Amino acid sequence: MDIYLLEAIINGILLGGVLALLALGLNLIFGVIDVVWIAYADIVMCGMYLLFWLYVGLDWPLPLACLAAIGFVALLGVLVHLLIIEPILGSAPINQLLATGGLLFFLQSFATLLFGTEFRNIGVRLPIIELGDIYISYARLLAFAIALIGAVALYFFLKRTFIGTAIRAIAQDRDIVGLMGVDQRRIYLVTSAIGGALAGLAACLLSLQYDVHPFIGNTFGPLIFMICVLGGLGDMIGGFIAAFVISQIISIGGYYSNTELSYVLAFTFFIVLMFVRPRGILVR
Amino acid sequence: MNVLRHATLAVGLGLLVALPFVTPPYFMHLLIQILLWGFIYTAWSMMGRFGFVSLGHGAFMGVGAYVPALLWNYYDVTPWIGIPLGVVLSVLLALIIGYPCFRLKVIGHYFALVTLALSQVVMLSVVAARNVTGGSLGFTPKAAGHSWYALQFPEKSYFYGISLVLWLGGLVIWWVIDRGIGREALDAISEDEEAAAAIGINVMREKLRVTVISAALTALGGAILGQYLMYLNPETVSGIAVSLQIVFAAIVGGMYTMLGPTVGALLTISLNEGLRVGFATNFIGAANTIYGILLILCIIFMPRGIVGVLERLRVRRQPPKAE
Repeated sequence: MDIYLLEAIINGILLGGVLALLALGLNLIFGVIDVVWIAYADIVMCGMYLLFWLYVGLDWPLPLACLAAIGFVALLGVLVHLLIIEPILGSAPINQLLATGGLLFFLQSFATLLFGTEFRNIGVRLPIIELGDIYISYARLLAFAIALIGAVALYFFLKRTFIGTAIRAIAQDRDIVGLMGVDQRRIYLVTSAIGGALAGLAACLLSLQYDVHPFIGNTFGPLIFMICVLGGLGDMIGGFIAAFVISQIISIGGYYSNTELSYVLAFTFFIVLMFVRPRGILVR
Repeated sequence: MNVLRHATLAVGLGLLVALPFVTPPYFMHLLIQILLWGFIYTAWSMMGRFGFVSLGHGAFMGVGAYVPALLWNYYDVTPWIGIPLGVVLSVLLALIIGYPCFRLKVIGHYFALVTLALSQVVMLSVVAARNVTGGSLGFTPKAAGHSWYALQFPEKSYFYGISLVLWLGGLVIWWVIDRGIGREALDAISEDEEAAAAIGINVMREKLRVTVISAALTALGGAILGQYLMYLNPETVSGIAVSLQIVFAAIVGGMYTMLGPTVGALLTISLNEGLRVGFATNFIGAANTIYGILLILCIIFMPRGIVGVLERLRVRRQPPKAE
């Protein structure tokens, strides 16, 4: 096989890890609260800026700055739920989607206001690994590994803890769970915090590979929604698989043509699949 | 009452027609943009008011704007042919997406996300075909001076006239849909599709009709905007940013009323310009920061928009009619 194609496939798998992490967070929020956070990728952007500011501006050590960024984005998740979602929890789901769309505008322009439109990089250069003739970026490998660990940790949290069980239960039947003595509001807040923390973790991983700028959310955001819907909104495993399918399309498509066309291909694939399997790839 | 209404209407129209003779060019520029965007927002709300929230109108606008400009530059085809062609292509695109969506009952946020993907496809295709379209750098139609054939007019008053006619046309179409029997059907569909089908409404036909009208008008608006600005950029005529801009202006203004989307255009454009003039460039992003907060508040506290709220206040002040 062509060595460059192999490299493209491997890079696709590595990209899929971070996308899967983001899709997991969004999927969790969708499955439990039944809300699409259209500004999810922009919350990631906030985390990337905080990390940049703490690490480059205030000279914090990197691990500490990462932890702070994760905590901050988790808090942001809680705030989004309290301030935006909760007041309109009862209205049509599309209103909630649009309200977070307002948040998207706000975050993008507020970041422009604070930081300007320049591209910024935290300047951490990780080595490149050579495997025979294939070059793999260490940053991507690390991101992939941590994303995978995060996903597994989330899986065990949902399966093994009481609150995790309650979260899964509420996704299945929101009315009955209240009768079982579960505080719905508390579950929603915990879910938003976890969703935020996953976004924060993704922000740290993305900062190693990409420059941050106020509109970076527009590059990832649409992709993450596609992945969630493809996997079946609320279906974690489906979303996980979809993340790798999409990242392969982008990566291999990029190898044969150019980046934009590979995205066009991914979105077209999404639209077609929506019509073939509207409830997600795993549902028969 | 009716006489008063007609009088207000006549005076308002007279003022709008007289404006180009008294306004400086800068305000003329703003007015043209308000009318054209108002037209596009009105076109969107023809669907949006029935609960079909499309995030794909950037796609229709992009096709409508790029097709005539490309044909003009590369094949010297007059926009008089290019624009209808762009509109037809947009309608085809709307049908290709709309038909399966409606057949498979893709509604609510699924519909929003599928249409969002569509607008990304158009935007990224324009960027990908950078050899032809100029990609992210944008595209400038060949200048032809003052020409009806090329639909290019350096004097703003011509485009003011065109925008005014377009905008009024949009309002008339909105009014016709609002008064027609189809509106009752669409209201029923947005409440409950199955029930609407059960009482004999052809759900598919009603939905497709309003989608086609909405897409065609959006493409037309995009085309005229491109002719006026003489500059196209994939980010400003298609993609997620424009799609969201369209949705939000229509919602803030009020998508359930005839003038709501126009008020949305008036508000957003004057807010943008006011802050730009007031704070110059050291305050980039200020307009959209305020705009974002406004949107969130608007959706939480007045989902019917500004005009919707005003109208409700007026209705409340009037004494209830005797049975």
